[in-house]
Amino acid sequence: MMHSVMSRASNWRLLNNAAAVLLSVAVLIPAMASAGETLSDSRRTDLNHLLRQDCGSCHGMTLKGGLGPSLLPEQLAAWDVESLAAMILSGNPEKAMPGWSGLLSDAEARYLAQRLLEGDVQ
Amino acid sequence: MTAHLGKMVRVWSLLVLLTAAVISHAGASQVLRGTGDLGLIIERASGSVVIIETTGQTKLGRVEGLGDLSHASAVFSRDGRFAYIFGRDGGLTKVDLLRAEIAARVIQSGNSIGGAISQDGRLIAVSNYKPGGVRVFDAENLKMVADIPATMKDGTLSKVVGLVDAPGQKFVFSLWDAGEIWLLDFQAGPEPALSKYRNVGRNPYDALITSDGRYYVAGLFGEDGLAKLDLWNMDAGVSRILDGYGRGEEKLPVYKMPHLEGWARAGDYLFLPAVGRHELLVVDASTWREVQRIPVHGQPVFAVARPDGRQIWVNFAHPRNDTVQVIDVPSMTIVKTYTPGKAVLHMEFTPRGEQVWISVRDDDRVDVYDTRTMEVTQSLRAEKPSGIFLTARAGRTGL
Repeated sequence: MMHSVMSRASNWRLLNNAAAVLLSVAVLIPAMASAGETLSDSRRTDLNHLLRQDCGSCHGMTLKGGLGPSLLPEQLAAWDVESLAAMILSGNPEKAMPGWSGLLSDAEARYLAQRLLEGDVQ
Repeated sequence: MTAHLGKMVRVWSLLVLLTAAVISHAGASQVLRGTGDLGLIIERASGSVVIIETTGQTKLGRVEGLGDLSHASAVFSRDGRFAYIFGRDGGLTKVDLLRAEIAARVIQSGNSIGGAISQDGRLIAVSNYKPGGVRVFDAENLKMVADIPATMKDGTLSKVVGLVDAPGQKFVFSLWDAGEIWLLDFQAGPEPALSKYRNVGRNPYDALITSDGRYYVAGLFGEDGLAKLDLWNMDAGVSRILDGYGRGEEKLPVYKMPHLEGWARAGDYLFLPAVGRHELLVVDASTWREVQRIPVHGQPVFAVARPDGRQIWVNFAHPRNDTVQVIDVPSMTIVKTYTPGKAVLHMEFTPRGEQVWISVRDDDRVDVYDTRTMEVTQSLRAEKPSGIFLTARAGRTGL
């Protein structure tokens, strides 16, 4: 009996925790959908600049490609925010693409991925 | 009487205006000048170039309408009057430096990465990413003379990098995807002879030719080492130098490819940027062996020698691209570290080395340094400046 109460209590705690987790996921999802929300305006300006100027040193300033491939939305049809952000962070040594994890956070990589997929790089 | 006076004043006013117009027109187009101290600054984001002179360190004019000039470079006609500017978008533009206007322009490909002018000044070759290959144009009117697709064994096209001119109407270039070096020879006329050197190493990313036109050296991104071709002994093929430098050491992510054009030779030594390392490689120019490495502030992009060979000036890749370091060659030590501003992209010496011009992209500024006092003597505004090219290049092989 005692055991059962304890068990119920712990189940309740679990349920509570699960609800808390669900709640935070629910809060996080819209934040992820526009990953920039956690980034300050000035950081976003920096990242937009980085995209054109520094990603641009291999992919072209207008992202039409250079030594690296074009990053225009029509070229990225096979990618989503998750996979593109992962590529930005880890790179591809076979293709001379550096991993940016030493310089960019997850949220920043997601922000860049989203800008690329939307074709909004100005 | 009053009416007559009024009429005279009007006539005089008109005369003065006309005279002023004539004088100002003459001033724009009829002042005689040479081209030896001229040059240009690429404004990468606005598709324009600023024409400069290094005697008074001033801007003479600006030419617009050159397309996408990110990563643009230039070569000069042998008389130093015309610049041939290679844009990223395949644009090839011939600019008249004296008139500050476009003399000819073609869009010759979808995506390009620099070019070269032949020894006799009659041919302009452009290195293309898309479609991968080299196209050669008449320097006079930019009509295409030859089209050489960089076809690989599987039938696809390779991106072409490291295109330089060589003595005897030759052009030499490297195939990024194929790992090959090709040589085009126009000595016999517009139908070039083509030689291919295969398996030179993985992913050549840029190349240099020594100023005597003898050695073509391609840097390899996919391997630690460089591929060398002796143009005085072409049958010997391509050999590897600095094979396996830094082998077993962890490379850093490379956020910007180093450049070998504008490479530094000072006395007996060559100074080359190490790929993925905060180091300059010092190479004995007679044996092609590594002598030492100099630790520097970041991953070097350009290492350029003052023309007398006494100093090497180095800039760096993102995110350490706000800094320039100066190495004293006799002591092989860093004697000066500058932080000119965010995104230092290029450095160009005047031919006798008393000035170096440095572009600071994100500050929209070009600074001129006195290389003896090490002080800034002039700052010019330019929009997102990148490459700086002086007409002294006209007389030099490989530039």
